[in-house]
Order: sequence, then structure tokens, then C-alpha cells
Amino acid sequence: MDNESQYSGYSYKSSHSRSSRKHRDRRDRHRSKSRDSSSRADKSVTIQAPGEPLLDAESTRGDDRDDNWGETTTVVTGTSEHSVSNEDLTRASKELEDSSPLECRRFAGPVLSGVLGLFALLTPLAFLLLPQLLWRDSLEPCGTPCEGLYVSLAFKLLVLLISSWALFLRPPRATLPRFFVFRCLLMALVFLFVASYWLFYGVRVLEPRERDYRGIVGYAVSLVDALLFIQYLALVLLEVRHLRPAFCLKVVRTTDGASRFYSVGHLSIQRAAVWVLDHYYTDFPVYNPALLNLPKSILSKKMSGFKVYSLGEENSTNNSTGQSRAMIAAAARRRDNSHNEYYYEEAEMDRRVRKRKARLVVAVEEAFTHIKRLQDDEAAASPKHPREVMDPREAAQAIFAPMARAMQKYLRTTRQQPYHSMESIIAHLQFCITHNMTPKAFLERYLAPGPTMQYQRENGSRGRQWTLVSEEPVTSALRQGLVFSLRRLDFALVVTVTPLPFLNLGEEFIDPKSHKFVMRLQSETSV
Amino acid sequence: MSFIPGQPVSAVVQRIEIHKLWDGDNLILGFSIGGGIDQDPSQNPFSEDKADKGIYVTRVSKGGPAEVAGLRLGDKIMQVNGWDMTMVTHDQARKKLTKKNEDVVRLLVTRRSLEDAVRQSMMQH
Repeated sequence: MDNESQYSGYSYKSSHSRSSRKHRDRRDRHRSKSRDSSSRADKSVTIQAPGEPLLDAESTRGDDRDDNWGETTTVVTGTSEHSVSNEDLTRASKELEDSSPLECRRFAGPVLSGVLGLFALLTPLAFLLLPQLLWRDSLEPCGTPCEGLYVSLAFKLLVLLISSWALFLRPPRATLPRFFVFRCLLMALVFLFVASYWLFYGVRVLEPRERDYRGIVGYAVSLVDALLFIQYLALVLLEVRHLRPAFCLKVVRTTDGASRFYSVGHLSIQRAAVWVLDHYYTDFPVYNPALLNLPKSILSKKMSGFKVYSLGEENSTNNSTGQSRAMIAAAARRRDNSHNEYYYEEAEMDRRVRKRKARLVVAVEEAFTHIKRLQDDEAAASPKHPREVMDPREAAQAIFAPMARAMQKYLRTTRQQPYHSMESIIAHLQFCITHNMTPKAFLERYLAPGPTMQYQRENGSRGRQWTLVSEEPVTSALRQGLVFSLRRLDFALVVTVTPLPFLNLGEEFIDPKSHKFVMRLQSETSV
Repeated sequence: MSFIPGQPVSAVVQRIEIHKLWDGDNLILGFSIGGGIDQDPSQNPFSEDKADKGIYVTRVSKGGPAEVAGLRLGDKIMQVNGWDMTMVTHDQARKKLTKKNEDVVRLLVTRRSLEDAVRQSMMQH
């Protein structure tokens, strides 16, 4: 159970809540308000973030509770709520508040658990050493059986150490809003265990200065055995239980309807949320806010007013209802044409994209023919035709020029230009040239929107801020019909839980000799 | 000679009476049949409608009792001694034709030329 958390590149921070639900709702409302404004502000400043600005309004908040160890820090920082609703924060001050609390809060949990684990591991050694140090002379000498016990103790400690390193010493991937129940349970168990062993040790061994050293060694070995079993329990509870699929999660992105289905095991809501987010970054195509809505020209037609001329008598009440009904009917009829325009607009857009794509592909193919890799023997063999030898960066820059315009027009048509700066395109080109890729391989990055992971920049300390919104407490287990959502600033993922169906598998035995066939012929019989 | 499943079949038939011949131990009729509801009708070279699963005469041995009685190659057998032959399996047809205790088989056969002849004669009037 020894662990030290390591610093990872990405970690999820979600807004914590150990306060009541009402409090959370209030904060939700605050958050949504601040989110809108900050996203507005952020959109004007950051050019390249694909819908996820570098800094979030809520990144100042959060007790750091990581995924691996139970949240034992019960400190609720007072600054979090207020700083969210404070919309006057500039970007610089957000950064300031961001960096320092992040570091310590994230690691408070793992550090505590690490201390506990280390204490538990060192306890058997302490049990062994204390009598030796304190009353060595009066100890009974203990020969071969003790040595056997020493060896077994050493190996068991080694196994504990290695398996703890392998299982628990991983960098935290996410900070969860609430206690991770199983981990808390396990840590409490370990603590109780070790404490009770120390208690008994203190009363039975230290006080009366027990002389039977073999018994003491046996006592220490039994502690290590028990720790091994607790580790087994931890393995089963934390790792194995959620491996077998039991539920099917449907994840839908609210803005553009991209959806996926996943199979998960028995998890709590917050762990399932982390699991979903892990897969979100690699499976979902990146969210492009520019591709969302129908062009205004199509939707605005229905709002135009009608002029109604009434011929005949001036009966005001009749006319008004008649007028409104007529207007509604006419408006309904008129709205029918917008689908037509939508269809033609889509067709036109497709045609345009295909044309630009064709130009781009041709330009890139041609550009790639301008350079070739220099073989080692060629350089020596042709002294009379000195060629300028370039490194990949220069080569990339050299061939970028002919394709730049086609690339730019294509990116603009597919609304991808915020994701790819010229610098990034040249870097990618350099990468492709170095690895001998064909033009098609170079283009695969631009022809289809990739998963969101492709567009993440190395964001170092700050993780991605997601908010888990759920009607049930987030430590409750998944069950049928549960719905929760994971919100970011401008979109959300709605997750629906359905159990996987129970399978009734039957058996049917087919004798391999029973496969017989006849030709369908016209048989002829003479009579 | 076309048939619609479920509808009664109407055809112009000819009555043929074949006297069986003793050939050693067996009674033979001197022709071969093909077809049946358990056979593949699309391989029948004599049928007009390739879905027709009736019993057809596929070979007539020269000088045998069938040829003498007037059976022709490609005839469709509709009845044998009163037993229907339009919806039988191949084996049932064979059995009905080769009953050991019968000396004579009276067949109702139909062929295309019969229909043409009847139509022609009707048109002449």
C-alpha cells in the first residue's frame, strides 16, 4: 500500500462537492453564468483552442482528490465558490491563482495514503527491531526456525512492495468530487489493522519485555500476511470488480449529437465519469463550434411578417382572429421551403469541399515530388552535381510554399483553420518527411476531423475541467436508467446507463457426420 | 400445360393403355420417367413451365410396350390407373407404375401438340 503520486501531464479536475445538493445547485447556477461570460471572453482571446480554452473559470476551485487514493483531505477551500462567481477576474490573475494551489491540493491525498502505507510496511520491521534494541540481552536465542521466518518475512515484504508499486503507484488521472468509497474503506481497514497490531504489541510485548523472540517474529509475519490479504482485497475491489462488463453507457454530445456506446463494469458514478472521459478524448471527433448551425439565411425566413389586407366589412374581432390564423397558416406553409434550401445549400457545400479537397491533394502530391531522401552513397558519388542538402525542417519549409494556398483554402472551407496554424502544418510536414510518409499519410490529419486528443497541446499543470452533474449522489453505483452529464464550458456529454441484457445461452449438438448433401438432379427411373 | 398452384389443372389429355411385358422376372413398360415434387424442376428439358414438378417421359425404349401404345418422348403423365401424377414424388410415381399385380397401366398423358391440335381445330370452325 505504499504509494507516491507522480505528476502527470493531464489530470482531470472536476468541481468538488461535499456540500449539500442545494449548495451545488446554487453553484451550478453561478457556474453557468460565469461560464457563459468567460467563454465569451475566452473566445475572443484564444484563437486555437477547439472549444476548450486553455484556462477555465473554475480551475481555481477544487480540493484535489485524485483517483487512486481516498480523499482524506476534508478541507474545503473557502476561495473556490467566490472566485467562480467573480467575473472580473482577468486571465493573468486566473493563472496566478491556478498554479500554486493546484500543486499541493492534488497531492495531499496520495501523500497521506503513502505515509500510511509506508507506516504499515515498516511496522513489521519495527516489531522485529525493537526488542533487539531494547532488551537484547534477555532475549532467548532463536535458531533455525527464526531464520526461516526471517526469510519468509523478507520475501513477503518484497512482494508487498513490488505489488504496491505496480498497482497503486500510478500518477493520479483525475480528481473526483467525492470520496472514493472503496479506497477510503481500505485505508481505514489498514489503519485499524496496523493500529490494533501496535496496541497488542505494546501491551503484550513491550511492557512485560517478552523474551520469546520466536513468538515476536511469528507475530510480525502474521501482520505481513494480513497486509498481503488486504492488498488482495484491494486488488479485487479496485481493479477486478469493474472489469467484467455489466452496463452499457450511451454517451451523447449535446452540441452536435456525436454518440458512442461503451461497456463498463460495476462502477460508481464518478468513476464511470472518469472512464467515459478517458474514452471521450480518443473516440469522439473534435468539437467544432463553427460547424453547428444552419446558416441564418435558411432559418430566418419564417420570421418575416405578413401584410394582411381585409376586404369587406370592418369587423375587428373577426378580423384579428382570422388574421392571426391566416398568418400562422401562411407562415407554416411558407416555412416548408426552408428544407429545400437546406438541401441545396448542403449539396453546394459538399461540392465546394470536394473541389477544394481535390486541389489540395494534387498540390500536396506535386509538392512531395520535389524532394527525395538523400542516400548516403549518392552524396559521395556525385561531386559534379552538388545539391543543397537540407535537414527536414528546411525541406518542409521548402515544399510548403506551393501547397500553402490550397491547404489554407481547404481548411477554411471545412472550418478547421483554428486548429491548424501554419507552424503546426510545417511541423507535421517535417514529421511526415522524416518518417517517409506519402502525401496521403500527411493529409490524413486534415481530411477528417480527428479525436479530440489530437488537438491537445501539452498543457502541463492544468488539467481539463469537467463538471459532473447528476441527480444521484456521485458515489452511488451505476444502475439502470441513471442519467448523468459531464459539462464543460460550452458543451456537455449526457450519459445514459442501461444494463447489458442477460444472456440465455442454449446448446445444440450437431453430429459432424450428419452433414450430408444430395445433388438436386432430375433423376430418371425406367419403368 | 401451365398450372397455377391451388387452381385445378385443365389439359388436353390422351388416354394410353400400356400392356406390361415380362422381362425375366420383372414387368417392364419400356420408358423412363423423370420429375416429381422432390426433384429440381428447372432441369426438366421437356416442360414448358420450368416450375412444373410433374412426371415426364424422358426416354422411350424402341419397340417397347410404351412406344407401341403411343407414348412419346416428353409427355407429361397426368394419371396412372386413376392415381394422380401431378403432385407426387418421384418414388411414388415409380411405385404406381410398377405395381406387380397389374398387367395393364392406363395413362392419361398430355403434350403440347395435343393442345395445338385442339386449338387449331377450334379455330377452323
